[in-house]
Amino acid sequence: MVEELLVTARFNPKIDPSLAIWSWEIPVYLFLGGLTAGIMIIAAYAVLARKDLELPFTHDRIALWAPVALSIGMTALFMDLEHKLYVYRFYTSFQPASPMSWGAWILVLVYPLMILQTLSTLRRGYPRLAGWLEKLPYGGRLLDLGETVRYPVAALVIPLAVGLGIYTGVLLSAFSARPFWNTGLLGPLFLVSGLSTAGAVALIGARMKSEKHFFTRTDIFLIGVELTLITLLIINLGTGPAQQLEAMRMVMGGEYTTPFWLWFVLPGLLIPLMLEILEMRNIRQYTLVASLLVLYGGYMLRYLTVELGQLSTWTEYATQFDPQLLERLTP
Amino acid sequence: MTTYAMVIDTKTCIGCGDCVVACKTENHVPAGLNRDWVVEATRGEYPHLSTEFRSERCNHCTHATCVTNCPTGASHFWKDTNIVLVAAEKCTGCKACIAACPYDARLIMHPDGYIDKCTFCHHRVDRGLDPACVSTCPTHCMHFGILDDPNSVVSQLLRSRNHKTLLPETGNRPNVYYLV
Repeated sequence: MVEELLVTARFNPKIDPSLAIWSWEIPVYLFLGGLTAGIMIIAAYAVLARKDLELPFTHDRIALWAPVALSIGMTALFMDLEHKLYVYRFYTSFQPASPMSWGAWILVLVYPLMILQTLSTLRRGYPRLAGWLEKLPYGGRLLDLGETVRYPVAALVIPLAVGLGIYTGVLLSAFSARPFWNTGLLGPLFLVSGLSTAGAVALIGARMKSEKHFFTRTDIFLIGVELTLITLLIINLGTGPAQQLEAMRMVMGGEYTTPFWLWFVLPGLLIPLMLEILEMRNIRQYTLVASLLVLYGGYMLRYLTVELGQLSTWTEYATQFDPQLLERLTP
Repeated sequence: MTTYAMVIDTKTCIGCGDCVVACKTENHVPAGLNRDWVVEATRGEYPHLSTEFRSERCNHCTHATCVTNCPTGASHFWKDTNIVLVAAEKCTGCKACIAACPYDARLIMHPDGYIDKCTFCHHRVDRGLDPACVSTCPTHCMHFGILDDPNSVVSQLLRSRNHKTLLPETGNRPNVYYLV
């Protein structure tokens, strides 16, 4: 038996009894960051592959939703900061060893490209919005600029948005102090999930059958990759040191088993996968339900990952002021 | 880099908590927050039990993951030493350093919002004094000094006594030692 008991009070808010520093704001930011990366990638793909006829929504309309999603995500991130007035400090230095610093600077590169990508689509995708913009000083010139640089911007967007998607996972996996996060699989998992959620947005917005068909087929593949990565994640944790074994047990028999499998994997991955397979076989159309479930699954993945990472730890003290301590004394 | 270390004798620590009170008094730590704490660790099965008391705090690691993960440089090493400080005017309160610390030794300075932690009382160290917790300890079980100096008390104690650090497997190279 090893029992480690705090004999002086330590109840630092959000740190004791277990880490709870990040609430809904960070999962929202990670979800919307991944969604943004996915939207940018598929919109750039549609442009580079000249799919304006086959994928009209993706080619002309989806790009606008990237800055909307990322701006909401950044607002959530800002709301999480405890020392809000000092937010500008992200941009007074670059810390190469800190993934969060990389993320802050990646966003500086992403925003202008994302705006140019959006501007290039407005005249075709949102003519009324483009008309309103043209009435503003330099509005027409900005739209012209976006259209002129459409192809080089699309080519630049893909590596940068892949970086953004992976970064949302690396942000967590870089914390060696949190055993559930400390695996290289979170980067690719969050990227694939971001692409899948972007595909869901395309499925909701698309009107042409060819476009719906393309994203349903793609999403079946992406959900398959996600399931594989989640399996690998659990194998990775299950073959790791004691702290990672403890982290794995939270979802394999522990108190997070039901939320993980019943509230995330089943409704967020398996059910939409089945619905999409049924759609591909032309048995029935469930496009909207499947897409909403994919979006729900994308959020739940981030929410549970953020939660589980904070609960997984290297240190675990009981406190003498914990009433549950008495229960331990009874055999 | 000058490495400061704290050496705590678990054989003479009685877990009185004076180090905690001294820290709060010296550093004006707000009520309800703690930069240091005392752990009573009991091992074995009755009647073969052993107990040790450990006064714990930030380990001022040589490879401090809280410093590497800080996105703004607010978490930094003081004057080319291993003493880890937080510059409040650079801290955004993003809490990355809290997540990065395997010892959960950091805290949010409410209501100001910046991140706070043990400083090894660097303001005292600067004047050649020991940290408040060390100078207060009634059983003299706590010692402080420069690890690189072979004649320092801490170096001599570590040479002559069995000792351990907490979670050396994290790779952080903690600098709070416990004599066992």
